[in-house]
Amino acid sequence: MIGIVGTVPDLQLPLIHGKARLVDNHIEIKGRRITVNRCTPALIGAALKASECLDCPEIYAFLVGDIGKGDGSRKLYEFLTRHLHEFDFKVLTFHYLQPDVDWHNKVLFAVETMRKRPILIADAGFMYAAKMSGQSKSYDIFTPDGGELAFLADELAPHPFYTRGFILHHNNNVPDLIRQAYQHQNAAKYLLVKGESDYIADEKQVIGKVDSPSFEAMEAIGGTGDTLTGLLSVLCGADFKLTAAAVLAARVNRWTGYYANPTPATQVIELIEKIPQALVKLLNERNGEDNNGR
Amino acid sequence: MLGFFNKQKRTPDKKARFASADLGILVFENTSEVIQAEKNLKKAGWSVRVMGPPPEIQTGCDLVIEFPLMEELNILRELGNINVLPLQVVPVTAPLLKPVSLFHTKDFGDYLMVRAANMKITIDKRDMIIVNISGGGCPDVPYLAQEMVGKTLAESPRPGDLGHTLCGYALELAYEELLVR
Repeated sequence: MIGIVGTVPDLQLPLIHGKARLVDNHIEIKGRRITVNRCTPALIGAALKASECLDCPEIYAFLVGDIGKGDGSRKLYEFLTRHLHEFDFKVLTFHYLQPDVDWHNKVLFAVETMRKRPILIADAGFMYAAKMSGQSKSYDIFTPDGGELAFLADELAPHPFYTRGFILHHNNNVPDLIRQAYQHQNAAKYLLVKGESDYIADEKQVIGKVDSPSFEAMEAIGGTGDTLTGLLSVLCGADFKLTAAAVLAARVNRWTGYYANPTPATQVIELIEKIPQALVKLLNERNGEDNNGR
Repeated sequence: MLGFFNKQKRTPDKKARFASADLGILVFENTSEVIQAEKNLKKAGWSVRVMGPPPEIQTGCDLVIEFPLMEELNILRELGNINVLPLQVVPVTAPLLKPVSLFHTKDFGDYLMVRAANMKITIDKRDMIIVNISGGGCPDVPYLAQEMVGKTLAESPRPGDLGHTLCGYALELAYEELLVR
């Protein structure tokens, strides 16, 4: 299974976990329906949509209501520390959670108690906590945007909000920021940096760069980074090599823009709906070439 | 209340506080309280600013309020009036982390996007409706987006009133930047 952990902005939502499916553009878990708009629901929505076209494991979500006070996140952290060892995931993706270093460390310990260590992907608040904990190397992939990459590159910043100005000024020099993030051991084994161009890198080099098709408006659309992480999770679960999964995820995400013809007012669900079209196109292209990545 | 003041006055670092620069920080339980305290202190005319905490008291999504130490009692009294008291009052002994002050603006023609730190807000210039909120990683981001997208800048709740985290605070800065443009 592919595990996805995150929060939903609904105080009435208790901690729920179970197999997720997409019903009428809503995520359904154990009879509960959650609207797909942005953040973790967008990640799950994208993953479910992509899984319709792939031979990949089922998607299992852990969700809780949290509007930023952190109470829901803490419940979820606690649950994971007590129960993660009971699950078997091929991929485990952590997303919108209140950054908390102590709880992060407990969850990471719990991951080590799992029978088989899953591919670990971290994004959003959980990635912030992973960086702050100094244990970034325990993760397989981080998926920062340009601002978050600058935060990873700044060895002193505890949150993107405190990234020092002289580092933020390097925002456009992504390879340099990637180098600094690795130099300070604040990056996962691989980075998928989303932005005007998407970069895939490891400690030694930039492995890939994806920059077309390009739609400026996508930067303004809330959730495009979340859909990318969702696509990455599913492709890793479908046995693509991590770097091949990252490149393909970046390409698919861009092609959803091509099919949706976005404006800055486009909502992420309109892009998610285009995932099958984009994914099938790129898989067909890929099948026409060699299959080295798989 | 009096007990609280006494406790502060008995802190062993009192001497250091006066020996160091004349600034102190107010440490709160969560970012929502920081936002509320800052708003009220500024409204009352106090010279305060939101900063990053020193490493020894960082727990995660943190903000502190920097203030002139000489005004400690008055400021605590002000905060007592709104029932938002800090957990700790600590002297500033080393440079504090400064919040991001760079704003990035992108004009899409009919739409305008402002970014502050990791948060972006986009409006339709024709009717001033907030069409998208993106970026961030804390759980109040989707909540703020849910409450703000589809409303005009004037009718939307302010991120500073609804937000609870640094991402929410960054969105407030981006929102304020939009208001002055």
